[in-house]
Amino acid sequence: MDGKRSPGFYALAAFFGLFLLFLYGPTITIFVLSFQGPEGGLTFPLNGLSLHWFHELFKGIGVIDIGSALLRSFKLGLLVTTLTVLLAVSAALAFRKSLRGGGALFYVTVASLIMPSIIVSLGIGLSFRLLDGAFKHFFEWAGWLDLLDSFNTSMGLYTSALGAQLTWTLPFGLLIMFAVFNRFNAAYEEAARDLGATPWQTLRHVVLPLIGPAVVGVAMFGFTLSWDEIARSSQAIGDLNTLPLELQGLTTTVTTPVIYALGTITTLVSFVVVALALGLAALGRRRTGRRG
Amino acid sequence: MENSYMKTAASPMRARWRTHGLPGWVQATPYSLVFLLFFILPLGLILAVSFWDATEYEMIPAFTAKNYLAIFEGCSNTAELCVSFKTYLSTLKFSFLAWACTLGIGFIVSYFLAFHVRSSGMQTLLFVLCTIPFWTSNVIRMISWMPLLGRNGLVNDFLLSTGLVAQPVEWLLYSPFSVVLAFVHLYTVFMIVPIFNSMMRIDRSLIEAALDAGANTWQILWNVIVPLSRTGIIIGSIFVITIVMGDFVTIGVMGGQQIASVGKIIQVQTSYLQFPLAAANAVILLVVVLMIIWGLTRLVDIRKEL
Repeated sequence: MDGKRSPGFYALAAFFGLFLLFLYGPTITIFVLSFQGPEGGLTFPLNGLSLHWFHELFKGIGVIDIGSALLRSFKLGLLVTTLTVLLAVSAALAFRKSLRGGGALFYVTVASLIMPSIIVSLGIGLSFRLLDGAFKHFFEWAGWLDLLDSFNTSMGLYTSALGAQLTWTLPFGLLIMFAVFNRFNAAYEEAARDLGATPWQTLRHVVLPLIGPAVVGVAMFGFTLSWDEIARSSQAIGDLNTLPLELQGLTTTVTTPVIYALGTITTLVSFVVVALALGLAALGRRRTGRRG
Repeated sequence: MENSYMKTAASPMRARWRTHGLPGWVQATPYSLVFLLFFILPLGLILAVSFWDATEYEMIPAFTAKNYLAIFEGCSNTAELCVSFKTYLSTLKFSFLAWACTLGIGFIVSYFLAFHVRSSGMQTLLFVLCTIPFWTSNVIRMISWMPLLGRNGLVNDFLLSTGLVAQPVEWLLYSPFSVVLAFVHLYTVFMIVPIFNSMMRIDRSLIEAALDAGANTWQILWNVIVPLSRTGIIIGSIFVITIVMGDFVTIGVMGGQQIASVGKIIQVQTSYLQFPLAAANAVILLVVVLMIIWGLTRLVDIRKEL
């Protein structure tokens, strides 16, 4: 394989270039079109350049308040990120010890990853509907009629939707941590213990700095997957939608570039998070590299 | 990635010193609870409710097969396919097309990255470039095809101006074509990541050996690289096929809400609160998907590949 490039190389490189164009071309198109002038339409040509559609966006599209949907998605994303990191790293540490039922837990994880999302979503929606029914019966039985009147549903952003998103983000988190611990040299931990470190000190000062970049990666998966999640939360969202769910509803009704402006903003948020994560991970790797 | 051979060195799962600190089951409990409450329990309820009865506004606990019978109503007619069979056939067709395209493209891209890009820095950079869109919004990536494929879109502009067509092409958007295109656009990454990972584990001396033994590029590709990438190919295939089998978002948006799919049927029935019927559909979909996965996993052990 050394020496001169084979003719195959150039054909493959061209194919790869076309693939990148295919991947990024459409996104670049709507990025450009979101700066369409006030008179411009959904396609080219550009009719002047302006921030008109971004202003329009924050006035709201129809009855939908984009600002609060954005904020809801952001808060939910942060919560999902935090829980994904804590639960996945903790579970991955458990898998390194002798864990009864570990095999079953692993298969549930993989099953959740490849289970069609509509089934998970239907199941969670169904569970909460049955739970609501049980609540109502209980209030009636206990004679709490005020509560019975005011009670609507237990489904919501921080109950059913949160759970639905975790079934999607946690498997990625655990599998990433598995891949990391598979390549982890346990001699460092052993050395720390021999030097008298407590389990917490070993984790805090030895293990965490070494797996730091991977933990950042897990956090990035947690946030970006939650930020764009539709399929699993769709039937389990309750009264208030997240941004991507609003967006999905808008695709058939909106006929102005305002939807491109929204696309540009959500994509930029994802890019910023990815860039932050990649930057942090690189920084972490450099620091541990220097110490080691 | 160069450390992957150390995998075996890190396997002493039962080492005595590891048992200090919190017991494993405590550390794994919060994680397990999430899956118990939001995965196992809901799946169990789907199975139970699929046998329930229902009126227009409430579910009635029962044990009846009528939901399943309703789904397969008219399916004994051999002259014409019933609605359910048609929908499954159409969904399977989309899965097959998406699978074939993502596998072809994903394999070529991975092969280029793994065997033709020489510096590992460049390799990482190009690989990351392939995966970044995965972290952005799927719906936005679907919408972004509209200025290209629409009636007045760039593709039609180009075709008209070069005189290749006299009328704008209508089947570019809101058609089976745009649905498959979006699947390929969104999910090729699920092929690239596992296949590239498998290819990077292939011992390069095997290829040297094949070369020394007089094999040409195609023989090396077919007899060495493809068999050794099998695991990645199968993992990627499972991902793509299961996602497409249950899809309702992509088919909805890119099909202009006009194309049927199994996922879409379940979604519509859920939004009309026909839970027992939706549950029965979900059980059937699950059985079909599990059969496909079972067929594929007989060829691979996922856990060994991380």
